[in-house]
Amino acid sequence: MKVELRNLTKIFPSRNKKVGGEVIAVNDFTFTIPDGTLVGLLGPSGCGKSTTLYMISGLQKPSGGQIFFGDEDVTTLSPENRGVGLVFQNYALYPHMTVKQNIMFPLQNLRGKDKLTKQEMLERAYEAAKLVQIDELMDRKPSELSGGQQQRVAIARALVKMPRVLLLDEPLSNLDARLRLQTREEIRRIQKETGITTVFVTHDQEEAMSISDMIVVMKLGVVQQVGAPQEIYDNPINLFVAKFLGTPPINVFKGCIHDGKLYIGGEIVPITEEVEVENNEGEEVQTTVENVVVGYNFVPGECVLDTPGIEDKNVYIGVRPEGFVIDENGPMTCNVSSVEVMGRDMSVVSTHDASLNPFVRSIINSDERVNAASPTINYSLKPHKVFVFDAETEERLYF
Amino acid sequence: MVDSKHQWKAWLYLLPAIILLLVFTVWPIINTVRMSFTVYWDETDVAGYDENGMPLTDENGKVLWGRYKGYSIAEELGGEREFEFGLNNFKEVVKTDGFWQIMKNTVILCILTVPISTFLALLIAVCLNAIRPLRRLLQTIFFLPYVTNSIAIGMVFAAMFNIVGVNPSNLDQSTSLGIINAVLGWFGADPINWINQGSTYGANIAVMVIYIVWNALPFKILILLGGLQSVNKQYYDAAKVDSTPKWRVFTRVTVPLLSPMIAYVVITGFIGGFKEYTSIVGIFGEKMQPPGASVGVPRLQTMVGYIYDNLGNAEGIASAAAIILFALIFVVTLINLWVSKKKTHY
Repeated sequence: MKVELRNLTKIFPSRNKKVGGEVIAVNDFTFTIPDGTLVGLLGPSGCGKSTTLYMISGLQKPSGGQIFFGDEDVTTLSPENRGVGLVFQNYALYPHMTVKQNIMFPLQNLRGKDKLTKQEMLERAYEAAKLVQIDELMDRKPSELSGGQQQRVAIARALVKMPRVLLLDEPLSNLDARLRLQTREEIRRIQKETGITTVFVTHDQEEAMSISDMIVVMKLGVVQQVGAPQEIYDNPINLFVAKFLGTPPINVFKGCIHDGKLYIGGEIVPITEEVEVENNEGEEVQTTVENVVVGYNFVPGECVLDTPGIEDKNVYIGVRPEGFVIDENGPMTCNVSSVEVMGRDMSVVSTHDASLNPFVRSIINSDERVNAASPTINYSLKPHKVFVFDAETEERLYF
Repeated sequence: MVDSKHQWKAWLYLLPAIILLLVFTVWPIINTVRMSFTVYWDETDVAGYDENGMPLTDENGKVLWGRYKGYSIAEELGGEREFEFGLNNFKEVVKTDGFWQIMKNTVILCILTVPISTFLALLIAVCLNAIRPLRRLLQTIFFLPYVTNSIAIGMVFAAMFNIVGVNPSNLDQSTSLGIINAVLGWFGADPINWINQGSTYGANIAVMVIYIVWNALPFKILILLGGLQSVNKQYYDAAKVDSTPKWRVFTRVTVPLLSPMIAYVVITGFIGGFKEYTSIVGIFGEKMQPPGASVGVPRLQTMVGYIYDNLGNAEGIASAAAIILFALIFVVTLINLWVSKKKTHY
């Protein structure tokens, strides 16, 4: 089932009418989720990703825009008539029912021609339980299950009525690190086996990247970028997306572009002069002193790349950790703090004056030799791992 | 665990409460048990009376003297009696004229009011929980009976059900039949003599049930509403997404999740119900019946009322009745706990 969101908007009214200040949780969200894909809504807390999910489920009413399942407009449809399966963040399993009763509960609500006999319900419940591999635990209560098992029961309960769309709200946030790895693969497997269009919400970029067909990165209710995980990682559209994706995170430096060259640590400093300006306010003539830009000074830094086609301006430079190459004659010099060896590769932690992060972290193939005793290290950069962003708008500048 | 060196400090802090409990709770309980099993041999009284009210005699027609009598403080303070252990107090209680009437009143009021008030409270709590505007106001209104004196409420209820200015021999001459009868009149029903002279036992009990239920609601609503508000809203969202009909959400989700609170209000309700007394005094006065309903035991007498009646002159009887009431409540509470253990989901 294809899911289409058109200009979806959610505005929460302010609690205090006098103060005002309504909250725009989701702003003009337009996106089509292709049939049978697994889509991750990714963003920091408060970015509107859960609100979007709840609007798809129908539990929240949109303030504007439309939602389509296939060709059917479901915007005004109540949640019970949408045929969605929803897995809650803390699973919301009924504590007084056994696993079997929990899974059968949605089936017992079916009426009319969909009504099932007890035997059919049991078969369907066991089918769903087998899919998530909990058919051994059918007579236990949720309190007798581990977090991972509870999560599977919740998925089975959502799947058993064969929903048109499966929605998962932070499905892995309550699990420990190892279980999380295992469960996210399970979710991927179950989604592939059932082919149900699935939307899940997470703030963990690694989780989103590892299992999604598509990622939607959101910030403060606004969609930043939509695309396949690798595509977004390789081509972030702005500084926020670049910073949000990737472990270890991207290294960000201050710098500037001058004469088609990129300088880390460089700066373009405006030259100002004080000029007297006359303001006519009513009949009085006031004279104020204002600073007016009359020219620019260029303070050079380390010239790392040629960036033809971008005008001179101050920029942020993002360099992925794997974008550093050890090069004795490299233009970039960092002060080494430590070298972390991880076997397959190693991570050089260093400092740089222009860096916005406290440390510059580079990932180097372990075949390379790093002299840990040396106080400095020189790098050259891989151009496709370097992203340049406008210092004012934080939008990507392409070169 | 507190360090044993400092344990005496912990006991010191507990001491005031312990002393108060010992003096005002533990000792009276022990004393009640003691008095209920204490009797004396009264040689100066006849052994008993036959069906015709004549003193019992032996084969020779000679009157038999001496019998066991119940404990009384007056006799003990007189210091002339030798007391011994015996069950006579309990025999006296059970042999009391109208004892079964008393038990019947106590049990009927309990069995009728607890389920009705619990069910109504559950309904009202769910409704209150579902609305947003006016909730605070309605909550306050529903809570008012709790903070109002039950004798005062009883008098208002008595007025509502009363036939004011009535000529007992001719109901047609009455000037006012009370609000309830007026409302019944709108639906074309004949006025009912609820609590006045000549009213039936059924009508009396109906009034008592309405009054006790109304009086018991606030506390139950408060507990159940508190329970409802602590239920995770996601259970309802989950039920909604699974297209659960409203009544099924109520029976399959709300009631089971509330079952600990429901068990609590039922158990405390039964305990309170068996101790019903002030509500009856509130409506019928200290006579505990409509004027002239019965000459022996008052028609609406309950166990607690019976205990109070005997306090002044027959403390042994009162104590024995208190022990019987305790045993009754104890057994019912055990049954309640046993049922709730099977049906409750914690």
